[in-house]
Amino acid sequence: MSAPLATPRLRVPRSARRGEAFEIRCLMTHPMETGLRPDAPPRDMLNRLLVRVEGEVALDVTLRNGTAANPYHVFFLRLERSGEIEFIWSDEGGRSVRATARVTIA
Amino acid sequence: MPNSRLRRRAILALVALPWPALASGLQDAIRDAVGEGDFADTGITLTLPATAENGGQVPLTVQVDSPQTPALRVTAIHIFATRNPTPGVASFRLTPLVARAEVQTRIRLAEHQQVIAIAVMSDGTRRRAVAEARVSTGGCLA
Repeated sequence: MSAPLATPRLRVPRSARRGEAFEIRCLMTHPMETGLRPDAPPRDMLNRLLVRVEGEVALDVTLRNGTAANPYHVFFLRLERSGEIEFIWSDEGGRSVRATARVTIA
Repeated sequence: MPNSRLRRRAILALVALPWPALASGLQDAIRDAVGEGDFADTGITLTLPATAENGGQVPLTVQVDSPQTPALRVTAIHIFATRNPTPGVASFRLTPLVARAEVQTRIRLAEHQQVIAIAVMSDGTRRRAVAEARVSTGGCLA
C-alpha cells in the first residue's frame, strides 16, 4: 500500500474531427489485490477511474473485485473543440494518480 | 411417461445446483446497481472469448445499440460475473461526451460461468446480455 501508484499509460489521438468518435485506450499498472485468496497480501484495489474533458465528467467507472489486475479500458469520446482529457485513478485508501492528454480538433 | 421423467430430472438437477447462495448475492448486486424491474434482452451485445486461457485477464466488450443522442443514450453499463466469489466487476457511467455506447475492459473469472452486462438507457429502460466463458486457469484473485 505504501509504494506510489504507477504512471498510467494512455493512447489518445493528438487530433480528431469535430463531433466525431475517437478511441481512447488506457492501462494502469496495479495488482488489484482483492485480499480474498488464501495467504493473500492485504487488500489493495483501485476503485475508480474518472475521465474528464476540460473539467467536465465524461466517464466515471467504478472498479470492483472482478476487474483484472492492471485495469485496461477502451472507450470512445467526441469533442466539439480542442481540449484536455484528464484521467484519474483512485484507490480504496484515498490515493490517486492523474494523467492528461490534449486533443486538437481540426 | 418419458416426458414427466425428463421434467422430474430437470427439476432435480435445478435443486441439486448449489446456486441459491450465489444467486442471492448476484441478485443483491444487480439490485444495488440498477434497482428492480424488467430487462429487454435485445439491443445489447456482450462479447467474451468462448474459452479464456487465463481467467485473470479475460477481455470483454459491451456494445449497446444506441444512437447516443440527447433523445436516447446509454447512461450506465454494469458488468457482473455470476460465479465469482463477489459478482461485481465494474460499473460505467457515461455522459454525452462519450461518443459510442461501447466499453472494453479485462475481467477476472474464477471458473466457467456466465457474465451479465446490463445497460441503463436515458429513458429508464434497461437491457441485458448474458455470455458464457470457459476458463482454463481460474483467475483466483476474484
